Amino acid sequence: MGIEEKLPAGFLLTTVEKVAGYMRKSSVWPATFGLACCAIEMMAVGTPDYDIARFGMERFSATPRQADLMIVAGRVSQKMAPVVRQVYDQMPEPKWVISMGVCASSGGMFNNYAIVQGVDHVIPVDIYLPGCPPRPEMLLNAILELHQHIQDSKLGVNRVEAARAAERAALEATPTHQMKGLLA
Amino acid sequence: MADNGNRRPDPDKGGSFKDLFAPVAGFGVTFATMFRKVQTEEYPEQKRPTQLRFHGRHQLNRHPDGLEKCVGCELCAWACPADAILVEGANNDDAAGERFSPGERYGRVYQINYLRCIFCGLCIEACPTRALTMTNEYELADDNRADLIFTKDQLLAPVLSGMLPAPHPMVEGMDERDYYLGKVTGATPAQQEWVERHDGDTTVDEPDTLPVEHQEAGQHAGEGRP
Repeated sequence: MGIEEKLPAGFLLTTVEKVAGYMRKSSVWPATFGLACCAIEMMAVGTPDYDIARFGMERFSATPRQADLMIVAGRVSQKMAPVVRQVYDQMPEPKWVISMGVCASSGGMFNNYAIVQGVDHVIPVDIYLPGCPPRPEMLLNAILELHQHIQDSKLGVNRVEAARAAERAALEATPTHQMKGLLA
Repeated sequence: MADNGNRRPDPDKGGSFKDLFAPVAGFGVTFATMFRKVQTEEYPEQKRPTQLRFHGRHQLNRHPDGLEKCVGCELCAWACPADAILVEGANNDDAAGERFSPGERYGRVYQINYLRCIFCGLCIEACPTRALTMTNEYELADDNRADLIFTKDQLLAPVLSGMLPAPHPMVEGMDERDYYLGKVTGATPAQQEWVERHDGDTTVDEPDTLPVEHQEAGQHAGEGRP
């Protein structure tokens, strides 16, 4: 991306990582994107009562091309899944996803043919947030978890290393569609 | 022009003073708001308490002597509209030193999938022993699906003073019914002695004068009923 790709792993790179992480987490722009009732709670987070602007996030981007964060708020139907994927693909890197509510996270109580059983079948999810719908504080809690996630993200050679490790772990893990029991 | 001489001032127009402040008059509300009390909840620093009956994370309660209330009947799992609960019961076995609840059965496996649970509370209504109640805790976000399946050790209520962690025998001379009648008020020396013989590292405090239930959470009305 920039100068951090040329830096050797070590003190300098980790310092750049910390600064970049702090900058990134301080103004994450969410995409204006709601699918169902969870979107109402997401809008409530934008009101003065909870005031998402305290985290530099009041600017809900109307175009995915200017968004960093996708809050999948609501149940993802099979018909909506390609649209969700397209909106995600249109967002520039680096981008993050919060799966808000049980429907987006795992299908929730809608265990039927119409609903995708978890949006992580379609796009990679960073933070899962339970609740039906989650109260605004729960979404703020998820956003704070995401901030931690962003602060700890790697750059340059460290990022390559982290991506390799994640891929190794993903190859060893059971695929989502083969999971049984409560994880299904 | 003919009407040049008798033009009258516009009646809607104010004086020059009003004209001066016209561009910023619309900000009156904005400026006034600066001096009002801020209504925003400063969430991570100052949490507004939830309503007492808020449906949060579940909790598996204990009897006053530390035995679990769950009898592994699976009624919660049957009531759950989202199939979020998994229960497997097993028999209590005094001879093998595996007594987790008074009576015949206990819940050996107890899991709640918080990515399915919709916090409707039907499981709480279904529970015949008030073993399952809900706390007001709501901070549950996590970064993977597996960690959001809470197992029994995460759901069990903390061991309060006067309690001994299961397994241990029932209070001597009491049967299952006496537990639900509230005749048991805490762990007895015989139970403590049994636990010390089998673990050796558990101590019990003096029993509280508090009633049976876990006090800080699970404040549903009627929780105290057997």
